[in-house]
Amino acid sequence: MDETVAEFFKRTILKIPMTEMMTILKAWDFLSEKQLQNVNFQQRKESLVQDLVLLCEKKRASVHDAALLDIVYTQFHRHRKVWDVFQMSKGPGEDIDLFDMEQFKSSFKKILQRALKNVMVSFRDAEENAVWIRIAWGTQYRKPNQYKPVYVVYYSQTPYAFTSSCPLRSNIPLLGQALTVASNHHKIVKMDLRSRYLDSLKAIVFKQYNQTFETYNSTTPLQEKSLELDIHMDSRIIHENRIEKERVQRVTQETFGDYSQPRLEFAQYKLETKFKSDFNGDILAERKEPLRCLIKFSSPHLLEALKSLAPAGIADAPLSPLLTCIPNKGMNYFKIKDK
Amino acid sequence: MSVLRPLDKQPGLNTATILLVGTEDALLQQLADAMLKEDCASELKIHLARSLPLPSDVNRPRIDLIMFVVNLHSKYSLQNVEESLRHVDATFFLGKVGFLAMGAGQESHCSIHRNTVTKLANTYRSPVFFCDLEESQVTRFFRGQAPAHTTDANRTRLSPWPVPDTCPPGP
Repeated sequence: MDETVAEFFKRTILKIPMTEMMTILKAWDFLSEKQLQNVNFQQRKESLVQDLVLLCEKKRASVHDAALLDIVYTQFHRHRKVWDVFQMSKGPGEDIDLFDMEQFKSSFKKILQRALKNVMVSFRDAEENAVWIRIAWGTQYRKPNQYKPVYVVYYSQTPYAFTSSCPLRSNIPLLGQALTVASNHHKIVKMDLRSRYLDSLKAIVFKQYNQTFETYNSTTPLQEKSLELDIHMDSRIIHENRIEKERVQRVTQETFGDYSQPRLEFAQYKLETKFKSDFNGDILAERKEPLRCLIKFSSPHLLEALKSLAPAGIADAPLSPLLTCIPNKGMNYFKIKDK
Repeated sequence: MSVLRPLDKQPGLNTATILLVGTEDALLQQLADAMLKEDCASELKIHLARSLPLPSDVNRPRIDLIMFVVNLHSKYSLQNVEESLRHVDATFFLGKVGFLAMGAGQESHCSIHRNTVTKLANTYRSPVFFCDLEESQVTRFFRGQAPAHTTDANRTRLSPWPVPDTCPPGP
């Protein structure tokens, strides 16, 4: 085995935590059950990695097999990447063709390879008609860099693709073009939506959150909620603003729904508006140019935090539509200009 | 506009009613729970309100003490207290009002300066207490085993902060 390939194997296997080693290797499906049984998984990680690399060498594993292992690792650790969302559209009057996965894959690969001499593309099919694509970029004179790949997750029955952030920004238009042409679309647009949580991005874009029509006994959770309030209340504690509290709960429920929100880490608002002031003759208000200002909300779980603002008494209900429109509009990057 | 007056009702027999006013319901609930766990000479009733004026259609006992709770991390809570103060009759401030300022322990989160609350309290001739709610740890000893520490979320402890420059209550 080539030295660089062996090194690539070693580094990829080293990334995998010991607790997940068996699961990921099984999912990779390159080494057979028998071969895995013969390996001692109780030894120290460095020696285990050496044994596994030797096994791969014996089985004549190629750089493509290593790339597949990398995809499996990333699928298990998808939150380590930050994902952007792209939306494609067909031209007016174009027919909806039947999607052929193999044709898509070969077309995608060809487009990239024609444009860039040294590029390595790997595919792995996933559930829900999705395909995970791994692209390692090279240059005219250099072999592909396996340690800075870009991942694309394309849901073939939808016009959406999710990409991990690309360190080489100049390749993004090419990537977009390859996706568009290979999937028989006309145009591709980057959405103002970004997060580490791929599944949450999916939920937002495919509108899979807050499906209140799913349960036919939806009245039971509501009953439980009002009981909760009564149990906690000591009879010596009287809530004066019960009506207001109920109004806030109702408004919050109407805005956010009953179920858990998709997970985002931040919302960013870029303001380019003129400064508005109550005082006459305020220097800032006289400026003709817009005032540039960036506001960023960060949280481990932004939408749940926003949902709990009004019930916690930190903000008025209803919240500003700029905050509540995030999942509906599928955006967490906003540019606000004067009308 | 309904205004709270201290002596417009008859006092209840052996009862004391405290009104806590503050925007953060969870905070008020914790405070109320902690207060009720303490021994009290009379029967204690605690009313929690987000803001004043109180709903007028309710039959409530005479209020003996009002504590305005300000969260130093939230300008919104101070604004709410300032607006609520307008609905309290002046005679209430003769020793029946106090201010609680919470969150001074986390300086980096404070958006209201301590002096702001102190000045407000001085204006209304009422005392101010700076405090934080802590969860107390309950140590349980099992026979023959090492003690296990558990956090009893229901037990809260008020840890007072040194109170700067409060004027004595009363005229």
